[in-house]
Amino acid sequence: MRVEDWLTAASADAGRRGLPELKPLLETLARSTTNLRRADVEIDAEADAGTPTDTAR
Amino acid sequence: MTPPADLRSIADVAPLVQRGEVSPVDLVRGCLARIEAGRDLNAFITVMADAALEEAAAAQRDIAAGRYRGPLHGIPVSLKDLIDVAGVPTTSGSAVPPRLPAHDAPVVRRLREAGAVIVGKTNLHEFAFGTTGDETAFGAVKHPFDTTRSAGGSSSGAAVALIEGMCFLSLGTDTGGSIRIPAAACGVVGLKAAYGELSCEGIVPLSTTCDHVGPLARTVRDARIAFDALSGTPHPASRPERVTLGVPGGYLLERLDVHVRAALGRARIALGQAGHTIRDVEIEHARMTPDIYLHIVLPEASRYHAATLEAHAGAYSPGVRLRLEMGRYVLAEDYVRAMRLRDILRASVDRALDGCDALLLPALAIPAPPLGAASVGVDGSPEPVRAIMLRLTQPFNLTGHPAIALPCGRTTSGLPVGMQLVGRHGETDRLLDIAEALEDHIAGGAGSVGGGTV
Repeated sequence: MRVEDWLTAASADAGRRGLPELKPLLETLARSTTNLRRADVEIDAEADAGTPTDTAR
Repeated sequence: MTPPADLRSIADVAPLVQRGEVSPVDLVRGCLARIEAGRDLNAFITVMADAALEEAAAAQRDIAAGRYRGPLHGIPVSLKDLIDVAGVPTTSGSAVPPRLPAHDAPVVRRLREAGAVIVGKTNLHEFAFGTTGDETAFGAVKHPFDTTRSAGGSSSGAAVALIEGMCFLSLGTDTGGSIRIPAAACGVVGLKAAYGELSCEGIVPLSTTCDHVGPLARTVRDARIAFDALSGTPHPASRPERVTLGVPGGYLLERLDVHVRAALGRARIALGQAGHTIRDVEIEHARMTPDIYLHIVLPEASRYHAATLEAHAGAYSPGVRLRLEMGRYVLAEDYVRAMRLRDILRASVDRALDGCDALLLPALAIPAPPLGAASVGVDGSPEPVRAIMLRLTQPFNLTGHPAIALPCGRTTSGLPVGMQLVGRHGETDRLLDIAEALEDHIAGGAGSVGGGTV
């Protein structure tokens, strides 16, 4: 699931559950998820390039 | 000047107790009087005065009859109120209905077997889900040196109880730094052993793959006494003459309060002058830490609380409830990603430790923050309090390396600063050896509370 789609669905669900104050926290989480996924991809790229990260896997 | 017996270290008092020169009953009475005198600090949730006095009297009789069990025998200790004691409610600092345990947690059994006397259960950030000790149903825990400030958290009451002489040893828990952060904020020693080394059974979980239990103590020696009792295995001290310490740069040292940065500089100089080797190292991928941490701790915490969130949502502090609710939205694929990246971070810390006996870095990037503050200024720019307080400790909850916070002097306004040593996996006893050898150099003779002479 794309982060944007996840955020839309999660924010709508929080609203339905009467928790609108959760929305800014979900936006923070969405930014963190984007960072996490980017790091995951970058580590794969580093591993493919044979950098030291390769030995960590 | 010799401090009163109830403000000395366990290592100093235990021989007096063994020889019958100091009575466990008097020690407990002294602690109970200090608990009463310091009620405004909100350090305790449950005071077990009658049971403690009975246990102390029994210890006194056993010791007089020649049945001395060791340095914790007859010594008053406190437990963070996430830890089960048979017959005593475990509130977790919450208005949510408490657990009513039938059995002691294994760590409590170990303390009792060593003869320790439990004086009560300490206040905490609700369900250990915070670093400031102000989201609790039992009143915000206040810093004894400045009651407008936080004592750190989540083992907030544990640290306050120790520096105020309400006990000789506090047991806390640490999922992102909750032993080391209040230890640093209050100027005492806080030990997070390696992951899995001490049992977390019978303790309300926050994040089962990041949770640790451990002692807050006045000295490293006292932390070792506690660790030996809690692990059930004595680890004879063997102080190294010279050690090599790695100071991790980059992300971990980017955002430090000016006083904390100065304290690190002073510690480096003092350790170098004492003949130890200090080198700069790098923990690759350290910058990923908060993102990994969030995607593991949030859903793990939410799993435990799922049913209670449905039944008693209104009983949680608003901030804690929202963090728990947030965890219910983390996708499984992102949890798995975070677990994979955590393995990579663990290997990075192992590599940083190559050729080093331990890592040296601050335990807390800022001095104790004002109670209720959402952000604090660091190097002229605002930082969210929770994130900046977790920044230097949470990597080692993810990686499971043993870590210990040590007092390192004070700021110009008198607030404590804490350093941190991080050891190799499975070598908590070796980390204690190193910390004991370096304790005085790191304290720098700055009169830190909880240091070797208090």
